[in-house]
This record gives sequence, structure tokens and C-alpha cells, in this order.
Amino acid sequence: MPPPAKQPNVRVVTLTIDGRDLSARADETIIEVCRENQIPIPSLCYLEGLSVWGACRLCLVELAGQGRLLAACSTRVTEGMQIQTNTEKLQRYRRTIVELLFAERNHVCSVCVSNGHCELQHMAQKCGVDHVRVPYRQASYPVDSSHEMFRLDHDRCILCTRCVRVCDEIEGAHTWDVMGRGSDCRVITDMAQPWGESDTCTSCGKCVQVCPTGALVKQGTSVGEMVKDQHFLPILARRRLAQ
Amino acid sequence: MSTSPKITVATTWLDGCSGCHMSFLDMDERLIELVQQVDIVYSPLVDTKTLPDHVDVGILEGSISSEDDLEKAHAFRKHCKILVSLGDCAVNGNVPAMRNHFKLADVVDHAYRDTVTVQPQIPTRGVPALLSVVKPIHGVVGVDVFVPGCPPSADAIWYVLSELIAGRTPDPSTVTRFGA
Ligand code: SF4
Ligand code: SF4
Ligand code: SF4
Repeated sequence: MPPPAKQPNVRVVTLTIDGRDLSARADETIIEVCRENQIPIPSLCYLEGLSVWGACRLCLVELAGQGRLLAACSTRVTEGMQIQTNTEKLQRYRRTIVELLFAERNHVCSVCVSNGHCELQHMAQKCGVDHVRVPYRQASYPVDSSHEMFRLDHDRCILCTRCVRVCDEIEGAHTWDVMGRGSDCRVITDMAQPWGESDTCTSCGKCVQVCPTGALVKQGTSVGEMVKDQHFLPILARRRLAQ
Repeated sequence: MSTSPKITVATTWLDGCSGCHMSFLDMDERLIELVQQVDIVYSPLVDTKTLPDHVDVGILEGSISSEDDLEKAHAFRKHCKILVSLGDCAVNGNVPAMRNHFKLADVVDHAYRDTVTVQPQIPTRGVPALLSVVKPIHGVVGVDVFVPGCPPSADAIWYVLSELIAGRTPDPSTVTRFGA
């Protein structure tokens, strides 16, 4: 589902974020308000222009009077909210989440095409992940190089589903989907056929550009060469909504 | 010249490419400054053959891949006050751990039989037995300071050592990352 269009006449609410008094439209989410006000909130699955998935949980925030943490990407602002975005508890949780992502698949940054241009790697450094405290899962995953232009390496996939959403919501091809459960989840093309045999893929490359890691890359790129460009996304998303 | 007592440093490489030690040497002229503050008491870079009983800082490069690596890691943990895991192989297994996805026997066969044309044979004398799973250093012993990077830059190593010499706990995330 594409993100819902903003309503023309929406109430304005007031709230505090990290002690700052702010006002926002009642149809906005916490992460949108934070981004507008230059309050940094880490995220991996959230991408402006795509629908909200709420899977990576990196954008967790604390809300006064609430015991549980809330995902800033999927929580709308309400009147009087008091939000904390960077407490010690949140930092601890975020660090653990990033470590679990590293432990789940096989990330060998030094030989990865996205080395130096990877959102997960960047997030690890930002969250102070200098090592992974849980044992590595050591599961083996295949690589799909059947597409003539692109390659899929499940070892680097963090299941953010950005590829699934951009292909469905912006390109309109819906080549991608998710198969399996829990840590056995995998992104698939069509009915789990090799990507190169896909009838639906238009080879537009949008999925490759929005993928935050080295999971989706251009064929022929070697270590550190895969640089992604996501500037097109908010522009295309706005044009889609205007249609 | 500094008048404060020198700290003792021991280093060794386990399953790695020795690139982290090369990066250490990349400190160039800063090495001279360093020698005034540290004594390298054991290292592949010096002659000493035995690890002293008490070392202030132990630095391990490479992952735990063989019986020998395991022994060295335990010895370093036992004799060093502060243990530093230097480089991606030490910190997360990195390239050596890529063999974890295959059976050890298959890996050895591939390296010593399948891809060899003259006298294919598996070495048994003078080489330590390989472990079936490659682990980062902290997978077998406790580690105090983690310095990711492949290899960590000379600047990063300099920063970490300077902080340790000054008696502070370094935060390597500010100067290096996985794959750096
Ligand atoms: S995808 Fe990112 S985190 Fe994973 S190995 Fe590649 S550079 Fe490292
Ligand atoms: S290249 Fe385009 S059409 Fe093909 S899977 Fe990616 S986003 Fe979908
Ligand atoms: S392939 Fe990339 S974009 Fe798709 S789910 Fe995996 S990490 Fe996300």
C-alpha cells in the first residue's frame, strides 16, 4: 500500500521531543516530525516515499507514561506527547538490534561490494557496535546472479523489505515478495524463481538503489564499488501520489 | 623523553594475513615516540620467544582457527592485563570465518588435493590441527578492547594505544568500523 495522501485540513498538535516544544500535524508520525526538526532517529526499514513497514525497530522511542517502547515510524503524534529519542536504554536496545542483524546473516564487510557505502555498516559504527556479543548464526544462503544486470546476496539482506515496497509501490511491478518465517525469511522474486527468469521485473534497478546493504547490487561491482543513489525516491513518490 | 614508566605490550597473529601488524608499522615516525612509552616484550616483530608472565597490554590479530590459535589466545588472556582484539578477523571472524559454511574436511581437500596438481597431500607434521569452526577472539576468551577494521588504520591503532598508555579506555568506534 502506498503511503496515504496527507489530508488538507488536519488539526495541529503540540508535543515535546527531547524536551523541545514542537507542533505538528496530527496525521504525521513521530519519525516525520523528528526528521523535519533535525532530530536524528536511526532507521533501516523506513524510507521516505515508501509505505511504513515497522520491522527493524531501530527508530524506537520512549513515551512518557508508557512502559513499552514505540516505533517512531509507525506511531502518529498526539496532543501532549512527551517523547525521548536518545536515552541510554534506547541506545542499548539499538546497539543490540544492530548486533543481532550482524549475527543473523553473514556480513564480511572487508570483501563486500557495499563496503564504505552501507547503511547497516554505518549504523553499526553510529551505535558503537565494535563487536557482536551474541554467537553468529552461521547459516548458509545462496546468491542469485541470474539477472543480467543485478545480483542478490541473501547473506547481506536484513529483510527491511525496501525492495519489495519500492517495486510494488513506485515501479508497480511487484516482482519481490517475502517467503518463510522468522530468521528463515527470504526475499524472493516472483514465485521464488531465479530473478533472471522473472516475467515481471522491468530491470529498472529501483530495488537495487533503495537496498540499504550489499544484498542487492549491480553485476560487475567489486569491493566497495557499489554506491547507491536514493534521491529519486521522494520525487517519484510525490509524482505517484499526484497522479 | 617521557619519564613515566613504560607499559609492556605483547602482540601476536593468529589466523589473519598479518595486515594489522603491517598497519601497526604504518605508524611510521610515531613508532619512535611509541618506543619511549612502551616495551614490546613479545611479538612476531621482535626476537623474544616466550610470553612474559605479566604483560600490560596484549594485542591479538586474526581469528581462532586452529589448536595453536586457541592456545595462544588462552595464554594471552592469562598473562595480559588488557586484551585487545585487533582487526576484523579478531573481532568478527572476517575472511577466515568464511570457511565456516563448508565442512572442514571439504575445505582441506579442496586446498590440498582438488586444486593441487603435483603431489597432492594433506600436511600433518609441524602444522596445528584446524578447528571445525572459526571464531572471533571473544568467542573463546574475554576481550577488553575491540578495534574493528581490515586492517584498522595506523591512526586508529595509534589512538587506541595512546589512550591505553594514558590509562583511559578507548572508544574505537570513533575512529574505525567493520571493513574500514
Ligand atoms: S552489507 Fe554492509 S554490513 Fe553487510 S557485509 Fe556488506 S558492508 Fe558489511
Ligand atoms: S529492477 Fe525494478 S522491476 Fe525489477 S525487481 Fe527491481 S524494482 Fe522491481
Ligand atoms: S534485499 Fe536489500 S532492500 Fe531487500 S529486504 Fe534485503 S536488505 Fe532490504
